[in-house]
Amino acid sequence: MMTAQKKAHPKYAPGTHVSTKDIIDKNITYTWWEPEIQYCWSLGPAMSRFLQELKKGKIIGRTCKKCDRVLVPPRMFCEYCYRPTNDWIYLKDTGNVETFSISYLDPNARRIKDPILIGVISIDGASPQHGFMHYFGEMKPEELHIGMKVKAVWKTEKERTGSITDIKYFKPWKGGKR
Amino acid sequence: MKKVAVIGAGMTLFRRRLLETGKELSYLATKMAMEESGIEKKDIDMVVMGSAPDAFDGIHMKGENLLDGAAAANKPYIRVFNGGGTSVFSPIAGWWHVASGVADVVLVVCEEKMGSCFPHPQTAFQHIWDPILDRPLHPNLVWLFAMEMNRYMTVHKIKKEDIARVAVKNKRNAVGHPCAQLADEKITIEDVLNSEVMAWPVQRLDISPPSDGASALILCSEEKARKLSTEPAWIDGVGWNIDSTMWTNRDLYYPRYVENAAKMAYKMAGIQNPRKEIDFAEPYDPFDYKELHHMEGLLLCDKGEAPILTREGVTERDGDLPICPSGGLLGVGNPIAATMGQKVCELYWQLTGKAGKRQIPTDPSVGVGQAWGDIMQMGTVIVMRRG
Repeated sequence: MMTAQKKAHPKYAPGTHVSTKDIIDKNITYTWWEPEIQYCWSLGPAMSRFLQELKKGKIIGRTCKKCDRVLVPPRMFCEYCYRPTNDWIYLKDTGNVETFSISYLDPNARRIKDPILIGVISIDGASPQHGFMHYFGEMKPEELHIGMKVKAVWKTEKERTGSITDIKYFKPWKGGKR
Repeated sequence: MKKVAVIGAGMTLFRRRLLETGKELSYLATKMAMEESGIEKKDIDMVVMGSAPDAFDGIHMKGENLLDGAAAANKPYIRVFNGGGTSVFSPIAGWWHVASGVADVVLVVCEEKMGSCFPHPQTAFQHIWDPILDRPLHPNLVWLFAMEMNRYMTVHKIKKEDIARVAVKNKRNAVGHPCAQLADEKITIEDVLNSEVMAWPVQRLDISPPSDGASALILCSEEKARKLSTEPAWIDGVGWNIDSTMWTNRDLYYPRYVENAAKMAYKMAGIQNPRKEIDFAEPYDPFDYKELHHMEGLLLCDKGEAPILTREGVTERDGDLPICPSGGLLGVGNPIAATMGQKVCELYWQLTGKAGKRQIPTDPSVGVGQAWGDIMQMGTVIVMRRG
């Protein structure tokens, strides 16, 4: 058997472990940097229109006549057919929970007590499984499930700024038919 | 295309934070690979560096910062990166340097220092999300995997306990690995199921840790391999594939981009029946469910079958299809690009019978390594064979 006489690899493990305490207690030499940088993105025709419609309380998509998809988020070209998309189309503000998570982590991985309910909603009127990520509300975490019908809860017209957050969250929608 | 051999490998300790700079870690891993293959800096024709998001190290275009440690001064040098996919994509890039006949000896070095991003690298991950639709919701990266895991579990009706078995297996497998960060001989399924819920269904022990570390690999042409090494391993096939970034328009239950990459690699390697012809695999396991997801994408079993094989012990080191005998990312650690140490260096060590306590008892002939990256869209695959 060829394994018997050989020394195991990796033969050694170079490197020196440092704990967070070593940093706090200044047991090691280190240097520090906090970047200050800002960005302003211009959004192009597809997303500009999408966000302007959100400001009006509407969800809009684009059709691709080649692959027969109704796309949301909308884009001016179809990434699979690689051709221009065809028309704008208004969609409903209801949909289906495709997947979800119940998060006890904030964006910096700090722990939070009240969980954030988050998931992907496929939008009614778009192609199956076409939608976007958003929050859920007006429900207990244990009620949230894949396949659940939900409806957008909008900010007031005055509060809306042309952002994905013009929708506050999606709530359970009993009026829906699967 | 020319045949490409692997003749040496190296890796550093993997820990949450290491004292050495990225450059120094690259040097340490490279030196180990040079010692094993018996070559020096002057013998290396070209260098490939793999390192994932710049934001971890906090040095923009960090390839330039790292090159001196990667024996690349005054040599043709390129840095490649596609998130987590980098750990297998870097040796793929090394492979095409040699397969094309442009270089005879290529050094591949992978480095990641996640510990420099303070207090936690999650803050850097915020900057990989789409700025228009995703970032205003202040997402945490774990959400993505929680949503993918939930979809996978729900579609196939998989129990969490069958997913937890992967974390247990890999943390136990890592016990024989000198570089391992989270080896645990005594861990149980209950430990995983009772660990802190981070973003349901993801719990603390479902996830690999952030880590610092580096790894290195030396590739060469057949002529060189005959001169330098009595027992090379061979790269028989490589594949890579990426799906659309519109991740909310895809069904996350199955990684079709991994299947595409695997088919490309298998075709090149002349593998017609991966289930019969592949002896062991190192699929990418940053989360326990990902090992299962990737076994399916690699066509090593049917969709939804990977948890059953795991429950039946097939994927244990002494099973019929050992999976992650290195201990994987869950056991050895996850310095993103540097996980080449588990996904590719381990293939080399296993195929040359050098894996020591981790050695698969049947002395396997063919192994497949795979990584996954970007926004749940990139698959990178390598097939290696014993000499």
